[in-house]
Amino acid sequence: MSVEKIIFYVFAAILIASASLVVTTRNSVRATLFLVLCFVCSAILWMLLEAEFLAISLVLVYVGAVMVLFLFVVMMLDVDYAALKSGFVRFLPLALVVAGLVFAAIYSIVSSVHFGLEAYATPAAHPAEYSNIKELGMLIYTDYFYPFELAAVLLLVAIVAAISLTFRGSRERKVQKPEWQVAVNRADRVQLVKMAAVKKEQAAPASDAASE
Amino acid sequence: MIALSDYLVVSAILFAIAVAGLVLNRKNVIILLMCVELMLLAVNTNFIAFSRYLGDTAGQIFVFFILTVAAAEAAIGLAILVVLFRNRNTINVEELDHLKG
Repeated sequence: MSVEKIIFYVFAAILIASASLVVTTRNSVRATLFLVLCFVCSAILWMLLEAEFLAISLVLVYVGAVMVLFLFVVMMLDVDYAALKSGFVRFLPLALVVAGLVFAAIYSIVSSVHFGLEAYATPAAHPAEYSNIKELGMLIYTDYFYPFELAAVLLLVAIVAAISLTFRGSRERKVQKPEWQVAVNRADRVQLVKMAAVKKEQAAPASDAASE
Repeated sequence: MIALSDYLVVSAILFAIAVAGLVLNRKNVIILLMCVELMLLAVNTNFIAFSRYLGDTAGQIFVFFILTVAAAEAAIGLAILVVLFRNRNTINVEELDHLKG
């Protein structure tokens, strides 16, 4: 048994075990942490498939950003998660039946009869100087440039949507109101007062005047 | 040698677990979102396995875009969840029936 095969089976086993713990555990924080483990394991499977850039970006983007966001929300919301688990046992047979049907349907297509080593032989490993990022970049910036720009716009839309959904404003903010500033009249603000000129008695000593 | 079907079967199992999770945790919106993420992970693994065994890098480009869309979806989904919790003080799906759907 080759090293690659051992790595594949070990991490596939961890991936499936942690995925089933994600959907069955009672504690939502633990479910999030098991999902992190799932992402790390499948990043290693992607490494075996020589998709290095995507494996690294899965760890960076998902484990580093999205799952931290999930953890924030799970810990911030004061929810009684145990109560949300009620009916777990009642739905368990139904869930097993549905999962079994879905798996049987997919397995009938993807089994080794159609996609085994005879049909698709394992391709030779890329040479050491092969760069996965270079090849992806060549494709993204030529053939897939328009979708790439669309993805950037999509991320911008997501930022605006997430902020505008959750932003509540603040009562203590000191902001300028342009419409008030424009509507101001001179007469409201400035009052000219006529008064007679008053002359102060010259009491200062002569030394002050000399120093100036 | 690892066959293409090995990867496909692993992601099929992952997808089936995620579907079971959707049925099991039908009250907790956060776990439902996590199950959707698991499904996307299974699909992405399929894409990368096919891209490797067919020698076509376009599959990895697809995964790149799926990751982008999934990140945006998670961010907006969690924002909606936070607003929902502020307004209704619950994330139980069964109590979120004001639209009478």
